[in-house]
Amino acid sequence: MTEIENPLVHRQSSHCETGVVANMLTSQGITLSEPMAFGLASALTFAYLPFIKVGGMPLIAYRMPPKSIINGVAKKLAIKVNSQKFSDPEKGMRALDKALQQGQNVGLQTSVYWLPYFPEDMRFHFNAHNLVVYGKDGSGNYLISDPVFEKTVTCTADDLQRARFAKGALAPKGLMYTFETGQVNVDYSQQIYKSIKKTAKIMHGIPLPGINFIGIKGIFYLADQIKKLDTKPMKYTRLFLGNIVRMQEEIGTGGAGFRFMYASFLDEASEITKDKELFELSQFMTEIGDKWRDFAMQAVLYCKKRKQVSLEDIAEALIECGQMEKQLQRRLLALRASN
Amino acid sequence: MKDDQVPQDDSPTYSGHKKLVYAVDQDGHYKKVQTSGWEVESFATQMAVDDINQRAADAAIAVKQGEASPLFYHMFKHRMDIVTLAQISGFFQWQIRRHLKPHIFQRLGRRKLDIYCQVFNLSIDQLTHIDESK
Repeated sequence: MTEIENPLVHRQSSHCETGVVANMLTSQGITLSEPMAFGLASALTFAYLPFIKVGGMPLIAYRMPPKSIINGVAKKLAIKVNSQKFSDPEKGMRALDKALQQGQNVGLQTSVYWLPYFPEDMRFHFNAHNLVVYGKDGSGNYLISDPVFEKTVTCTADDLQRARFAKGALAPKGLMYTFETGQVNVDYSQQIYKSIKKTAKIMHGIPLPGINFIGIKGIFYLADQIKKLDTKPMKYTRLFLGNIVRMQEEIGTGGAGFRFMYASFLDEASEITKDKELFELSQFMTEIGDKWRDFAMQAVLYCKKRKQVSLEDIAEALIECGQMEKQLQRRLLALRASN
Repeated sequence: MKDDQVPQDDSPTYSGHKKLVYAVDQDGHYKKVQTSGWEVESFATQMAVDDINQRAADAAIAVKQGEASPLFYHMFKHRMDIVTLAQISGFFQWQIRRHLKPHIFQRLGRRKLDIYCQVFNLSIDQLTHIDESK
């Protein structure tokens, strides 16, 4: 087995998909930070989907669905994404080898559960994890840049195949992708304002009666549900609140459910566009992120059975988050390019 | 969040790893900061891990007492429930509920057992017995 090692810039990231996109493009000469990838893809949102259960708990998301970041960034920068799925795992592995031999870094969608380099407590059945394969060593193990880890890792072919072809919800079906980058000739300033406008619209939610679980309406809806938890058994309440905190902090969001990452994007955007208002918005977003951290803290205090925190208090903290996001959303929507 | 306020709580659930978060410096500009964990987040993770471990431990007892088939234990041990197992195996939920009964599991054909072996990455022998040390 020949050794292959393609040039790759590995920078640790908060989140897998934004990290993969930013690292792959930077390796190909298009320098891009993780927050910039997140912001350009208009990936910030909130969704509380009680009818989709993950491990018995309702789905809570702080960002747009998987693959929207890859496609969103590619669209904004006018880059072509070549992606392939496979019904035959062997074919999927051969295609990966071939692309590596051609000198390409390859993005893969995998399950988290079957990747042996993940610590035990971080492994769960989530099928939309992203990583970059950049080579293969002498004994046939793959060289992997998993953006949420500090350093690059390796993985045996068997394990990688199992992770790529895991079944179940959001099954990756061996998805692999590469970027076709030529000369990128876009006006970043213009794309930044466009993507911010889109985020403002997404946060507003879908203007249909009855659809109140996406965007800021979703935040208020979740607050209502928290108030109603006192009719449920304590064990369920603890797991329900714990689940929100995990979705907000644990699963690689850069803290407070991507709010700090988005604030970092606004900060960087302000530097690119020389628009001071974007920096002010970044500071406001930081306050919002801090509020979300506060909410998480109260929820966990409740779970620890500290009497001074009530469900009402937790819901109030969340409502405050929603109100602040509403203010931010209005300011984002009213934003006009300064030049 | 300020950069000097990023929690460094050495969360056991991180197993020595560090994660990356975004925080602001003195002037309010963003930078990347590594964190060894936040106690609040760690508590939430631990609750979920404890819950699933408890289910696996309870299942092991039920299997030993002949109340449930080994499948019941493997399902929780691999952090699944009936819904996830149905999605991954391709069986219907009602089929899985039947397979959780010892007398029905014992009569399962090789073809069905093989599907479960694949789902859990276990041999037939490992599937039909339970070994809590693993």
